[in-house]
Amino acid sequence: MSEMTKIVKTTANILFPFTMIFGLYVIAHGHLTPGGGFQGGAIVVSGCALLLVAYGSSWVFDRIKDKRLVTFESMGAIGFIMLAFLGLVFSAVFFGNFLAGSGTLFGTTPATGSTLADFNTGGILPLMNFAVGLKVIAGLFVIVLVMAYASSAKEWG
Amino acid sequence: MEKRMIVGALGLAVVAVFLLFSIVLIHPFGEPGEVQMDDYIITHTQNETGTNNGVTSVVFDFRGFDTLGEATILFSAVAGVLLFFRRIRP
Repeated sequence: MSEMTKIVKTTANILFPFTMIFGLYVIAHGHLTPGGGFQGGAIVVSGCALLLVAYGSSWVFDRIKDKRLVTFESMGAIGFIMLAFLGLVFSAVFFGNFLAGSGTLFGTTPATGSTLADFNTGGILPLMNFAVGLKVIAGLFVIVLVMAYASSAKEWG
Repeated sequence: MEKRMIVGALGLAVVAVFLLFSIVLIHPFGEPGEVQMDDYIITHTQNETGTNNGVTSVVFDFRGFDTLGEATILFSAVAGVLLFFRRIRP
């Protein structure tokens, strides 16, 4: 994919930060509003794909190394698994929510019924949203990046 | 060719019969069959997981094992794509 005209680049420059903010908002508020790690990660990657289309894959490939993205993807997966095993350690159940109601990090329990959204709730759910969001951002972006770069390569081998 | 046509038609007939059964025996809209688990999740989400969002509590807490499988699928997809396309360099 080669780079496109100045109009497309300017439009991508304007839209990119808003897409990032919206995607990260959906990830961070996954335990309060509709959405979560998967959906917010997909939004962030759609912004990165916009950049990829506007500036060309070799421009992005020079700035972001795919090895680093793969490392982030593995970090997200390891964080997810580690949270699940911490639930096994602290609450004796795999995927047990050991932080919910503990009064510490994300430990507030909301009152039953329709209440105002409190960010400090949810136990391990926000942390799992962060881990899955990191995993989805890095994983989908490395897929899009490597495939776009391969489609623009001159010869295969 | 004839044999393949016959086998394909038989398979299609079996699938069509099962689909017809599922259409006839489906629950009417708005009347689920077993509601005990739904009611439990709706009433206990805020106490047990401390979340206002019931969908996230199901995805990451009540059915966390499913999400683990989903993450595994994403991981294997990334691994497969990189296996095919990573050797291509200019």
